[in-house]
Amino acid sequence: MQRRVFVLVSALLLTASVAQADDRSKAKEQVEFGIKVAQNGLWNEALYRWKRAVEIDPTYAAGWNNLAIAFEHEGRFEEAKQAYEKAIQLDSKNLLIRQNYDLFKEINERTKRRGAR
Amino acid sequence: MSARNVAALASLALLLIVAGCTGFYEIPIETPIQPKMDVSGFQRVLVAGFLSGGTEDVDANLETVRLLRSQLRSKSSLRVIEADPLPLAEIAADQQKTNGAAEQITLEPVAQVGAPNGSGNSSSTGSGTPPATQTPEAPKPEPPQQADTPQPQPQAPATHNPEATKPDTQKPAATDHKPVDPKAAAEPKIRNEKDFQKYDKIFADTAYWKKLGEEYQNPLIVTGTVLFTPHQAAGFVTTNREVYDSFGRRSVIPVRTYMERKGFILQPKFVFIDGRTGAILYSENFREEILYNAQQNTPALSSYFELMDRLVPSFLSTLSAQKVRGSRVLLK
Repeated sequence: MQRRVFVLVSALLLTASVAQADDRSKAKEQVEFGIKVAQNGLWNEALYRWKRAVEIDPTYAAGWNNLAIAFEHEGRFEEAKQAYEKAIQLDSKNLLIRQNYDLFKEINERTKRRGAR
Repeated sequence: MSARNVAALASLALLLIVAGCTGFYEIPIETPIQPKMDVSGFQRVLVAGFLSGGTEDVDANLETVRLLRSQLRSKSSLRVIEADPLPLAEIAADQQKTNGAAEQITLEPVAQVGAPNGSGNSSSTGSGTPPATQTPEAPKPEPPQQADTPQPQPQAPATHNPEATKPDTQKPAATDHKPVDPKAAAEPKIRNEKDFQKYDKIFADTAYWKKLGEEYQNPLIVTGTVLFTPHQAAGFVTTNREVYDSFGRRSVIPVRTYMERKGFILQPKFVFIDGRTGAILYSENFREEILYNAQQNTPALSSYFELMDRLVPSFLSTLSAQKVRGSRVLLK
């Protein structure tokens, strides 16, 4: 009996990890396409792709990072902040995400100061 | 090959592999910064004039008006109205005189004997009314046919001719008053920020600005104060000095030296007024200074432009969206 339960749990875990890998793979496709279009200046399309990517795989830090950059480019600072924070939460050791976030914060704070004046 | 070199090569290879697998792309981005003010309700902008003071080497009113207009023409979507800059200091001084006289009239009704005939009504004594409406004889300003084309002599609501704006009640009735040179009286000397306080009530005079706005088809009005003063300072300054060693090799070393320096301080305050209502929409103060070697003889006008160059982006960002260029790293 114990053996059967073990086999069943293992099978479930394997299925879950395969599904997750599949999600990541699909999300990665979206992210890569987003990068291509962003490099050609099509930021709206890139924004859509990265949104899709994080919808498919909400644990994909790179997707959140790119989405944050797209929001920043559109001047949507609050959404950009949330996306950066999500990316950092998922991959706190990634220096590139932190660097992007620091640069964003500088501009965001400047904008806030202006608004407060 | 030592074990150390092998380790270094291996770590480099690993780093390249990791980088290759991770995949990152630096991308230039332009972050839009929203303007401080919503100017969507305006199609035109009138840089009316400034209360200016400080050095007499630069006509800060005229130069500021010219510079801001040229910047707005090229860097904003608003149509810039061309009109002679208003001598705001004179207008403010006249307003003060008129209001002062009006107060006197209220206190001493006998003085009204000399009041002009006809329309010398009580509305002329109301504070916050532009001088033109206070003076029956003052020529009525004709609205410009096309406000954004050069006007030969725009007659702003405040006719800045002191003679024209001066009500008859102000004329000395008796001979015990010493004659005053009207030109000298009309040119108030503004030397420092405190001097502005005497005149800056004009910015709150909504009736005056509303009338001016009506003249120019309700534009956004830009006005304010500009103080451009000479400045001197002494202290230690770090400079780079070239040195040559015994082999003739050149190097640069930082040297701290005590120096007397002179320059200028520019302190503008930009006031943005709604030409439809005469109300202040926004105002902002700036301060910039520049110092040169005491021996260096830099013309005041050059310094003025150098300092204004630093301020102009901030001024423009009040009215129009600016973009901050930078780069970010996209990740795969």
